[in-house]
Amino acid sequence: MSSLLIKDLRKSYGSVEVLKNINLEAESGEFVALVGPSGCGKSTLLSIIAGLESVTSGEIRIDDILVNDRAPKDRDIAMVFQSYALYPTMSVRENMTFGMESRHVPKAQQQEAIDRVSALLQIEPLLDRKPSQLSGGQRQRVAMGRALVRDPKLFLFDEPLSNLDAKLRIEMRTEIKKLHQNVGKTTVYVTHDQIEAMTLASRIAVMHKGVLQQYDTPKMIYERPVNRFVASFMGSPTMNFLDARVARSESGVGLVLAAGDGSVLPLPSGTFSNLAPDRNIVLGVRPEHFSPAHEQRAERKGGQSVIMRAKVDMVEPTGSQTILMVTIGGSDAVIACEPDHAPSQGDTVSFAVDMTKACLFDPATEQRL
Amino acid sequence: MADAVPHRDFDPLSTGSFRQRILSKTSVYMALTIFALGYLVPLVIILINTLRPLDEIVRSGFIAWPHDVSLQYWGEAWSTFCIGGTCEGVSRFFKNSLMMAVPATILSTAIGLVNGYVLSKWRFRGSDALFGIITLGVFMPAQMTLLPWAFVLGKLGLSNTISGLVLVHTVQGLSFTTLFCRNYFVNIPDDLIKAARIDGAGFWRIFRRIILPLSPPIIIVAVIWQFTGIWNEFLFGTVFTSGANQPITSAIVAFSGSGTGERHYNVEAAAVIMAAIPPLFIYLVGGKYFVRGLTQGAVK
Ligand SMILES: Nc1ncnc2c1ncn2[C@@H]1O[C@H](COP(=O)(O)OP(=O)(O)OP(=O)(O)O)[C@@H](O)[C@H]1O
Ligand SMILES: [Mg+2]
Repeated sequence: MSSLLIKDLRKSYGSVEVLKNINLEAESGEFVALVGPSGCGKSTLLSIIAGLESVTSGEIRIDDILVNDRAPKDRDIAMVFQSYALYPTMSVRENMTFGMESRHVPKAQQQEAIDRVSALLQIEPLLDRKPSQLSGGQRQRVAMGRALVRDPKLFLFDEPLSNLDAKLRIEMRTEIKKLHQNVGKTTVYVTHDQIEAMTLASRIAVMHKGVLQQYDTPKMIYERPVNRFVASFMGSPTMNFLDARVARSESGVGLVLAAGDGSVLPLPSGTFSNLAPDRNIVLGVRPEHFSPAHEQRAERKGGQSVIMRAKVDMVEPTGSQTILMVTIGGSDAVIACEPDHAPSQGDTVSFAVDMTKACLFDPATEQRL
Repeated sequence: MADAVPHRDFDPLSTGSFRQRILSKTSVYMALTIFALGYLVPLVIILINTLRPLDEIVRSGFIAWPHDVSLQYWGEAWSTFCIGGTCEGVSRFFKNSLMMAVPATILSTAIGLVNGYVLSKWRFRGSDALFGIITLGVFMPAQMTLLPWAFVLGKLGLSNTISGLVLVHTVQGLSFTTLFCRNYFVNIPDDLIKAARIDGAGFWRIFRRIILPLSPPIIIVAVIWQFTGIWNEFLFGTVFTSGANQPITSAIVAFSGSGTGERHYNVEAAAVIMAAIPPLFIYLVGGKYFVRGLTQGAVK
């Protein structure tokens, strides 16, 4: 069992700073997901943890031991690559023993590890095949097997599922989750896919342009994103952002939509009481926090909702939910609703918006208020 | 296991009407036959002349049908003919050439593999510049290097030795083998190297266990290229060695150009063909892989 600590980490390629002051810590057994758009530095960070890239400044500690200057092989980590990186000229068995051979593990012990892991991943029938004779999902398993035969301190995954088709990806996701529950190793998992991050991770690190935006539990990341970027990156369909203005009345604080009819939407009492009147603001509402007006869902859970009228421009059924492209006042928004209650195109419908779940952002700094 | 799929090459001439097809096929085969004859006729003439007695060649000229056919001139050419004072035929020079070409091919290919590995997978500051400088040798005319080599060989005490020629050809060949190998290895995914490093393998273990097993196509290319090039090379052999230490290419020129007495055309022809056999052999054995290696990427 081992912990990981990243402190004030910076990485530059020439004059380009790719990682800017990253601070991250993972407790023993934790599953950390690194997410962010393409090019934000996820793979670079992973390579630095693995020792495949040098740090420009800052510290990497595994089990409180500074490993900045240790070679990859001395860090006691195992890594699964996006491309799987199986050795093409070796059989599956040789792929899995290669690392143990390098470390002079006795033959009997190697065999034991192969037996254990191939049973776990159900790849026994594949042991004598070459990687070119495997399907994508099988290669993925073998790549995981290669990491699992050793007993490393850390597991690093770089988008291990991104080359699989949608169905297999979901299957493997579940397997990885099971695997982690069984093995309980500290894991850093890079992914593009926010659903993977939400389902697997105990904590998620959201990165953008080399900056760590937020590092928190999936629930907090989803419900309390620190800024507009995190809010829009996590969640699908993405969060709606509506420009609004603060209005104060004797009953409390409310919002007036910039593109709306001028009616005041009250904020839950006791919240945001320090907002200056007339200041501009961005209201963030997730698509699933719209519900049919009469159901009073928020109120039944002790929350508070406001009514917004939306004109339905387009209806996209996905099966489990129906996505509505709507206009609220003058601005576009996306609403997710139950297929059975979906309005039709062209309707104007009233929706209740759960204000307890809504987020307010500063339009200039984009930070959540 | 791949099923045996009946494979048919794309044949652009098999379309159109029957007459058109006959016409197009005939013209293509005619053209190819003419070119093939153009290349092969000289070889056939030389081959025939190795079998004819000298007086017959002198009487009826080079291009004539043989009457008294005999293999004795091959024997003479191999073991008894006198060249530059020694009467051992070309066998001695043939051995010289082997002693030169085989080690030089092996060395230049081996070093080229390691160079290519370093320059593609263990880049360092300035490695691209270094690669550029090494490949400059590909474009450098051999004549330019004569004087420096004469100096170096003299200093090392390797003038007029086969070892000297091995050194020259190894170094001269490095540019090519490094270029071939680096460009081939660049296509091997870096992730393989990273994975191996995490697996605890070092520089040489990665080379032996991961790079080399992927290299046969490029090794074949380098070996064929180097062996034929070194075997057929003539300038260095003539300039840096003399007498009994010459490679076969230089020796043949020496005896045909000696100018004293009559020319033994039949023996000379046999010697020339003997000198051409090893590269031909290498090409026949490895030619298929040569083309494949030049066009194929490292990892599918
Ligand atoms: N060797 C390098 N030299 C210069 N810049 C590099 C190098 N490697 C990566 N970068 C840059 O660093 C940034 C981060 O790259 P990285 O591969 O970490 O992104 P990523 O988040 O993994 O993206 P993706 O999701 O597409 O894999 C990119 O802008 C990339 O161009
Ligand atoms: Mg990446």
